[in-house]
Amino acid sequence: MHVPDGFLDAPTSVATAVAAVGVVAYSLRRSVRRELDERTAPLAGLVAVFVFAAQMVNFPVGAGTSGHLLGGALAAVLVGPATATLSITVVLTVQAFLFADGGVTALGTNVLLMAVVGVWVGYGVFRAVLALLPRRLGSVPWAAGAGAFLSVPAAALAFVGLYAVGGAAPIPLGTLAAAMGGWHVLIGLGEGAITVLAVGSVVAARPDLVYGARGRMPALELRTPEGSREVVA
Amino acid sequence: MSTRRPSTRLLVTVGLLVSLLVAGVVSSFASANPDGLEYVASGLGLDSSARDSATAGSALADYSVRGLDGPVSGGLAGVLGLVAVGLVMGGLVLYVRRRARQHD
Repeated sequence: MHVPDGFLDAPTSVATAVAAVGVVAYSLRRSVRRELDERTAPLAGLVAVFVFAAQMVNFPVGAGTSGHLLGGALAAVLVGPATATLSITVVLTVQAFLFADGGVTALGTNVLLMAVVGVWVGYGVFRAVLALLPRRLGSVPWAAGAGAFLSVPAAALAFVGLYAVGGAAPIPLGTLAAAMGGWHVLIGLGEGAITVLAVGSVVAARPDLVYGARGRMPALELRTPEGSREVVA
Repeated sequence: MSTRRPSTRLLVTVGLLVSLLVAGVVSSFASANPDGLEYVASGLGLDSSARDSATAGSALADYSVRGLDGPVSGGLAGVLGLVAVGLVMGGLVLYVRRRARQHD
């Protein structure tokens, strides 16, 4: 869903760029204060690298169309929403400048759609669904999958919203919304499946590192090889 | 719980290897069809307003290394991109951690 240059007019592109800079600055502050610590920092690097890799693999969704992971919900559940915004922004920036994937003037737009709407809708739905599921660790990947599923049509409809404000061509908005929403519900199924697998893998290996599992951990004792014990979470 | 958990180093190493495999090898099996936005855009005529990116002349444009053909080109482009993302995100994480230590 990388928006190329020219889809949105110049004022809208400038406005989304300014908004994106503001959100990234806020995310830096929040990540410093609430999310990243010494233990979880390596996971943040890994998440950005994995999302970049996974975004290269378009999966078919039928009728000559494909989709790829956006990764917002996946990142938010693993490392926290603000750090997820930073991770996805790094991915989008490298894609725009090295790979000409997504326009340079559209970078702010793409950050808003995927690194902000995708991340926060995904994370919000994750929180809501997690509150409804049984209070155990096994619920975390499924709630993440639900957030991932809905984050994709949400980002697609956010694009339609921006297009309504500053679209370059006169397109009937209802038709655009129906087409974008419909296809991205299908792509969302893939997003959900990949997210359940990825979050499930990390939760199975190291639930103590998973941001979205904070407060869901049983009282846990870590025994180090030296024989000392440490209570985590 | 008596099960031993893998170290962060092991987890990150395995994760990086999986990412390397996905970007370097699996990516050459990716669907070449347009993605949802491209498909909708060409169906409704939005794409006529698209302009080439200022970086369209990049040696890695469209996930292929200029001068190379076939899966090697895409795979190498993917690996290079992965390294770039890792370096930028790594630098950002170091910066955030330094700020956090000052904040504490």
